[in-house]
Amino acid sequence: MSDSFNLEIVNPEKLFLSLDNVSEVVVPAFEGDMGILKDHISIISFLKPGIVKVFTGNEVKELYVEDGIIEFSENSLSILTSRIIDIKEIKKDDLSSMINEANEALKDENLDDQKRFLANQKIDVLNRLN
Amino acid sequence: MASLDDLKKRITSVKSTQKITKAMKMVAAAKLRKAQESAEKGRPYSDKMHNIILNLSKNINDKENAPKLLAGSGKDNVHLCVVMTSDRGLCGGFNSNITKKAKSYFKKILDSGKELKIVTVGSKGFDQLKRAYKEHIIENISFKESKNVNYFDADKVGKMIIEKFEKGEFDVCTIFFNKFKNVITQIPQEQQIIPLKSEKSDDKNDVMNYEFEPEEDEILNNLLPKNISTQIFKAMLENSASEQGSRMSAMDNATRNAGEMVEKLTIEYNRSRQAAITKELIEIISGAESL
Repeated sequence: MSDSFNLEIVNPEKLFLSLDNVSEVVVPAFEGDMGILKDHISIISFLKPGIVKVFTGNEVKELYVEDGIIEFSENSLSILTSRIIDIKEIKKDDLSSMINEANEALKDENLDDQKRFLANQKIDVLNRLN
Repeated sequence: MASLDDLKKRITSVKSTQKITKAMKMVAAAKLRKAQESAEKGRPYSDKMHNIILNLSKNINDKENAPKLLAGSGKDNVHLCVVMTSDRGLCGGFNSNITKKAKSYFKKILDSGKELKIVTVGSKGFDQLKRAYKEHIIENISFKESKNVNYFDADKVGKMIIEKFEKGEFDVCTIFFNKFKNVITQIPQEQQIIPLKSEKSDDKNDVMNYEFEPEEDEILNNLLPKNISTQIFKAMLENSASEQGSRMSAMDNATRNAGEMVEKLTIEYNRSRQAAITKELIEIISGAESL
């Protein structure tokens, strides 16, 4: 597999996922979705709430992330995130409680534009999953 | 000399204490394994975070306009100290080691005429510090309800610290916690988190040329608050492993001491019993002789 690279997803509690045969990853970067293939230029960016798609061979893994930062260098991609859930394992109850949480956060009037945008984005994504 | 009954009572009481300390030791040992595991699992996140920030800050040329969390507020007047301790006692020198370290730091700050503010995490630290530093303590946080250390608790503390920093309530923030080395040794640590200390900034670690999207400072602004929470989370993990380790060795000692005490008391009990028997015999014999 010459077209593959390494992927590491870490959350504060543990190493969430570590693969060495990833052919493509699509991440919801702050300024729009970004697809990363092998030999991508070194990049640092951060994520908005959305779906990370991991392509390995014929398989596609979809993961919901709430925020995070990605770093790609020398064909290894690191994703640091505080909350990440495999879409297959996500439960309806959790979804609705997460939506409520985001709606609650939106009520705060001192929210700056960026945070408001992120919260709206989160509700959007969660509703689509629901 | 205590009577036989008294001695017997003391022996049973020491024995039951020994049972408790033994049980606590077992529990601590089980918890320690879990805590140690999660401390080790948490390391990649904070290490990676640290690396990225290091890379970012190397790429920032305009140091003057760097985010305040990185560069500091330019002053050095008000120090905030976050003292992280446990919520429970009976863990040997664990809590007092942290507070001792913190107190010597407090003294240094107060002696140099700077203002001191204290946030305590964990009720034991609050108990130990409130007598001497009551007027400096601005907040006392305790996570008694949460069973395990989790990131969202750490995030809460982190957000609170950042909020205070943005309001200009302090200039420098230092956290105090115990670093877990092994079961017997825990090292009290002080770590400055605001402004971020750039360690070994001149080592020739070849600077990677990264593309940034969005701009460097925007990423840093987003990342630095997260780093604070991460550092606090790391400290909490280290702390909980240290707490269990310290409790385990303290309880081990207590069990051993209780064993020694039981031995000593048993000898004393046997001796006084023998003395009583001998006394009775002497009485009988001298009674018989006088006939």
